[in-house]
Amino acid sequence: MSAVYISGLGSISCQKTFDNNEFLDEIITYTDTVITAVNPNYKEYIKPAAARRMAKGIKMGVVASRIALNDANKEQIDAIITGTGMGCVRDSEKFVSAIIDNNEQYLTPTSFIQSTHNTVGGQIALELQCKGYNFTYVHASVSFESALLDASLQLENDEANTILIGGVDELGDHTVAIHKIVNHIKPEKIDSTALLNATTEGAVFGEGANFFVVSNKKQASNYAEVLAITTYNTVSKNKIQQLAQEFLQDNGINIGDIDAIVLGNNGDVKHDSFYHELSSGIFQNTQQIYYKHLCGEFNTASSFGLWLASKILKTQHLPDVVKINNKSITNYTTILLYNQYRGENHSFTLLRKC
Amino acid sequence: MEVLKQELKENIIEQLNLEDITVEDIADNDILFGDGLGLDSIDALELIVMLDKNYGIKLTDPKEGREIFGSIEIMAKYITEHRTK
Repeated sequence: MSAVYISGLGSISCQKTFDNNEFLDEIITYTDTVITAVNPNYKEYIKPAAARRMAKGIKMGVVASRIALNDANKEQIDAIITGTGMGCVRDSEKFVSAIIDNNEQYLTPTSFIQSTHNTVGGQIALELQCKGYNFTYVHASVSFESALLDASLQLENDEANTILIGGVDELGDHTVAIHKIVNHIKPEKIDSTALLNATTEGAVFGEGANFFVVSNKKQASNYAEVLAITTYNTVSKNKIQQLAQEFLQDNGINIGDIDAIVLGNNGDVKHDSFYHELSSGIFQNTQQIYYKHLCGEFNTASSFGLWLASKILKTQHLPDVVKINNKSITNYTTILLYNQYRGENHSFTLLRKC
Repeated sequence: MEVLKQELKENIIEQLNLEDITVEDIADNDILFGDGLGLDSIDALELIVMLDKNYGIKLTDPKEGREIFGSIEIMAKYITEHRTK
């Protein structure tokens, strides 16, 4: 894998992360089963005429990408690669509901036009007038990782020098209702500070958009270098430690070289055991970090994990609120991220300080 | 007619999600498209559906819409003359 440097980032999440001058200085705690993203002032970024047709997911994506570009001091990029698990579910729900409610009559165009999965990538391109490569990956909880992998290949093949990548997912009322029925959302309200002590199946759902400017140019202002990324659709629990070790070995890294591991624990007693395999196994002496109590669970929540790891590497500050254990690390150089959702779509991402 | 005009303004604001616009901001003779209220071709499609759904008026010729959607005053007059519900 050729060098992939993160030169800018932007995050809209259930925390006030849209201000890049702050790094989880002020934490919002929740006691709920579903938590929603904190809105920045969208009007500062999107003209009213354009914003009126945008559902929250599109607004979050457009604004997070703008924040990332500003952070990287970039006006233009060569490509836009987006990951989304559910796409623009609000407009999808609106359009499908209208079909049902109106007996397949009187269908209006706006929600249909805006309901496709690649609407966010398209709107970002329109805002930037970027006519370059534009692709959207829809691969459940490895949607964002697929986007990152594509970006690394684009950079490796010199197809592009600077790429905007991101993960975005929004909550929709009907989608939430369905996930509650099938118990993918927890039955009881959970105090976000006690997520890891939850005793039930399911997760606390959230939403958000995390965008990154990645390039092949090394510069002092970069956040981190993405050393490697890999994904697996299905993995048995007893193989996860072996896969982690092989991933590190393939990249010439020992377990002892990992300064911190960022885990995607969501408090689901049935599926968090994958994380426990690692945290109580080969990484028991490593600083362990979690984040889904801050952003909730959604298909591209791992993009928040990458945002968090990138911030840690650049600032060399580990906020207490994300610590699972407490190891005294003086210099964060190499961070491993591991995520899965409901035992499927696993990903490992390796980051190094620039 | 005044009630219909008020209803049209409310429906247009809601259907087209004109967040920063109130009923008081739209005068009866304001131009709705282009330099006026700034509506565009997608909004025209939304208004055609609204006429059909709310007033039973089916517009088959897009050129017809261009004239009918000139202003709230023109719309209200057309609806009054052609509504079937």
